[in-house]
Amino acid sequence: MIDLKKINLEKAIELIKQKKISSKELVSFYLKEAEAKKELNAYIYLNSDNAIKLAEESDKRIANNNARPLEGIPIAIKDLFCTKDVLTTAASKILSNFKPAYESTVTQNLWDAGAILLGKTNLDEFAMGSSNETSFYGAALNPWSKNKKEYVPGGSSGGSASAVAGGIAIAATGTDTGGSIRQPASYCGIIGLKPTYGRCSRWGIVSFASSLDQAGPMTKTVNDAAIMLDVMAGHDKKDSTSANLEKTNFYNNLKINKKLKIGIPKQYKNDQLDKEILNFWELGKEFFKKNNCEIVEIDLPHTEYALATYYIISSAEASSNLARYDGIRYGFRKDSEEIINLYENTRSVGFGEEVKRRIMIGTYVLSAGYYDAYYLKAQKVRSKIINDFNQAFEKVDVIFTPTAPTDAFEKGTKIDDPIKMYLNDVFTVPISLAGLPAISVPIGLSKNDLPLGFQIIGKRFDEDSVLSAAKIIETNANFKKESD
Amino acid sequence: MTNLKDWETVIGLEVHAQIISKSKLFSSASTNFGSEPNTQVSLVDAAMPGMLPVINKDCIEQAIKTGVGLNAKINKFSVFDRKNYFYPDLPQGYQISQFSQPIVGEGYIEIDLKDGSSKKIGITRLHLEQDAGKSVHDIEPSKSYIDLNRSGIALMEIVSEPDIRSSEEAQEYVKKLRSILRYIGTCDGNMEEGSLRCDVNISIRKKKFQSRSLLGENILSELGTRCEIKNVNSIKSIGQAIDYEFRRQFDVINSGNEIIQETRLFDEKKGETRPMRSKEEAHDYRYFPDPDLPPLEIDEEWIDKIKKNLPELPDIKKENLINQYKISSYDAAILVSDKSNVEFFDKIITGNKKRNAKNVVNWIIGELFALLNKNNLDIKDSPIKAEELGELIDYIEDQTISGKIAKNVFDEMFKTKKRPKDIIEKKGLKQITDTGEIESLIDKVLNNNKDKVDEYKSGKEKLFGFFVGQVMQETKGTANPGIVNEILKKKLAN
Amino acid sequence: MDIDKKLVKKIANLSKINIEEKNVDKFAKELSNIISWVEKLNEVDTKNISPTTNPSDIKIPFRKDEIKDGKIKDKILKNAPEHKGGYFIVPKVIE
Repeated sequence: MIDLKKINLEKAIELIKQKKISSKELVSFYLKEAEAKKELNAYIYLNSDNAIKLAEESDKRIANNNARPLEGIPIAIKDLFCTKDVLTTAASKILSNFKPAYESTVTQNLWDAGAILLGKTNLDEFAMGSSNETSFYGAALNPWSKNKKEYVPGGSSGGSASAVAGGIAIAATGTDTGGSIRQPASYCGIIGLKPTYGRCSRWGIVSFASSLDQAGPMTKTVNDAAIMLDVMAGHDKKDSTSANLEKTNFYNNLKINKKLKIGIPKQYKNDQLDKEILNFWELGKEFFKKNNCEIVEIDLPHTEYALATYYIISSAEASSNLARYDGIRYGFRKDSEEIINLYENTRSVGFGEEVKRRIMIGTYVLSAGYYDAYYLKAQKVRSKIINDFNQAFEKVDVIFTPTAPTDAFEKGTKIDDPIKMYLNDVFTVPISLAGLPAISVPIGLSKNDLPLGFQIIGKRFDEDSVLSAAKIIETNANFKKESD
Repeated sequence: MTNLKDWETVIGLEVHAQIISKSKLFSSASTNFGSEPNTQVSLVDAAMPGMLPVINKDCIEQAIKTGVGLNAKINKFSVFDRKNYFYPDLPQGYQISQFSQPIVGEGYIEIDLKDGSSKKIGITRLHLEQDAGKSVHDIEPSKSYIDLNRSGIALMEIVSEPDIRSSEEAQEYVKKLRSILRYIGTCDGNMEEGSLRCDVNISIRKKKFQSRSLLGENILSELGTRCEIKNVNSIKSIGQAIDYEFRRQFDVINSGNEIIQETRLFDEKKGETRPMRSKEEAHDYRYFPDPDLPPLEIDEEWIDKIKKNLPELPDIKKENLINQYKISSYDAAILVSDKSNVEFFDKIITGNKKRNAKNVVNWIIGELFALLNKNNLDIKDSPIKAEELGELIDYIEDQTISGKIAKNVFDEMFKTKKRPKDIIEKKGLKQITDTGEIESLIDKVLNNNKDKVDEYKSGKEKLFGFFVGQVMQETKGTANPGIVNEILKKKLAN
Repeated sequence: MDIDKKLVKKIANLSKINIEEKNVDKFAKELSNIISWVEKLNEVDTKNISPTTNPSDIKIPFRKDEIKDGKIKDKILKNAPEHKGGYFIVPKVIE
């Protein structure tokens, strides 16, 4: 008897191909588990009826030896990806009734490979948040919560992280603008990969900040992340920022053992960092050394300016990207006698506090008289941050850092202090600003018995090295996957 | 007391020209005019969540072509910016435009004025941008209806320097610009359908002193506060709006008040401008580079190719017409003012090398334009085709018909769309040039009017016209008048 | 830079977000805090540094001028809060 709870994506693909399990069994299992673990609040929508039907079709293909790479595999999708005729909310009231007439490129790629939509996962409203607490549907719960303490799963892809860590999804998609895949992956003890900007098409993903948004996989293993990314990635003519590159083969390339030069940025070692994180960092270095990798100290001098740069740029872009939610063509409308009132009432009621705050900040930094001092300044500092990485990558293949400054925190402890909340992203945003690929891999448990992840950053479009390095940590850390 | 004639207007025009293209600037939906509402809208045009722009190459090419036609600098690096504002027919909540780095930089066009002089008007820039949708306000009293068919269609905004000083100059500027756009085929210039729209920036100031200062510089009075007039959508309206606004601003200043910088709307029916209510709140468009679109890079090779294949522009065509055909500058200017005129002329003149250019021009500008105007027709819809007018002119030249008969044939052609040959044959209008036949006709007339012949010979020479008239009557005007005169003179001299 | 109540109202107006009078102070304080925090960037010397809009070095891709989209009125209107006769409907807009 196969214990479905224990298998990862790679294994499930193998078992389905060997007809040892059926797609219907796998899909039913996850639907049942998801129903049973409603307290995680990981899903905004479960695709119960359709998923079974699709699984039956997949089983027919498998019977006819006509299976595609992800045939019959149920995948959880962050509710920021537009899914045709399926509710797509961005966890916002303003899209709470929105059913797109189209399918995002990334999810279409998954369905074309035979995968099945399991459900739409919870997130921070419009992906703005680091704890999932800004969701209109309430926060998802970190499955590692225990002793009556409720921990956040991180954000914004908290629902996806919670689902994979909680055993109610075999794999999920996320999006990462400033750390939204990596930080929740770290908090929940799973793998989260943010690819290079341009690797996955942004078409059909509800935009937060166009120059930063990037889709990626959230999985149980490094191999699973590679399998997912091979399907999700690819050039898309409908996205003018999509990279036109050859078909990837990350999964196969993972079998090659790489001797890597690992960079350790000295600016990431700040005084506030907990001793246990520093210890895990040392442990990680040992794992690399053991695998014939060289450790090199590097300099990323503008690291401390990344957060401010990120908040200016992402909020500016968001203020403009979210202008389309005006209650006219789709989504929530608060009826009014007069058009300006219609806009203001719709947006005031339709958006949550954090989203409004960021729209206001973004509007402010772009407005006449402030543009040069804030927005333009941030764009220039962004150039300097990119240049830091360019210089560092002349010396090393990948960079190794903690994913977040702490382990998961308790619900409600940071939500009233925006800046404190923003500080969660201190290690992830510089990478986003530079558009680089990075992965978070669990390395061990904190003294609170919560997972801690470490981040591996690569050169542009060198996900191969990122995945190889991640595999070294994964293999050596031997992190206990189950949260219970 | 200030006098109106001591003041002048300072005008700059912003012309929005819809680019001729099959599909929109950033989406593959059609640009056709007049379709059912929201049928030419893609998910991108409706700004659905997660939709992204991809630029239409032909629209860039059209902008470069236009830039070359405006003697302007093409910028090899330009940037798309977002112009942020809320309006129901602006689905994205921003318009993709170009702000600090437009595709085309400084240029100029030359306009011809009624007094025979010409003037250079500077072009500040040309940039690419998306059109908005259309709001319909008159279907229901309390509602506005939104149609996004026009949303996302490519526009060129062409901004002039404030070099324009009168309504006549403004009108000539727009006419010239329109003619250039039509020549190179980048905009159809149709103001009724809104494919060419005009905003007028206007201020007034005391005229500069005619003399120069001691330092040799022109003394300029300072620019006044300007108003922007929107919705000026015909050449006639441009004239009216400027004249009205000149008077209004003058009156405001003259009564001791100040001009308020504002956006005004031109009311075509009343012929006046009024402040726009919706534009009252101060705008702050928060332009910033669109992160969805990498910068637009254009290589030298592309520009060169476009330059090489650019059709002849009106100014050059005019020079060529004058040099090649020795027609007057005035006639040449009328011909080139509309590309269709020149095409009509070219067709006639190349159809038969023997045709006399001056005659051809006279027929087009004189007879044809008179009838077209009377019937409110465009030359493209002329019932008389170029080939047929050419044939008619040939019949005069080879004396098949007289010039006078030709006018009748011309009218008939206009009415019936028949070929001149058919009309001449059917009505027996062919000119009699056989001297024998004419001689016998003359003999007949002289025989029948012996008394008049005697009177003539006794000195009443004005009777000559009577005899000509009689011969013409006999032949229904088809006798060659030259030959008639010649023989008649000979006969009466005996 | 301190954001006062007047500025909050201006930003709210531009953002088309309604802020209740009683919350204006709160917003002013919050935004001021965030803005003072990002002013840390003033420490960075950015003379002669060109700004980055997008981290990718992708050349802008061109699309052929073909009609391949549109004629999907039902899809365009299907999520509209109010539509009639093929149009989106909004309260009367005064020009």
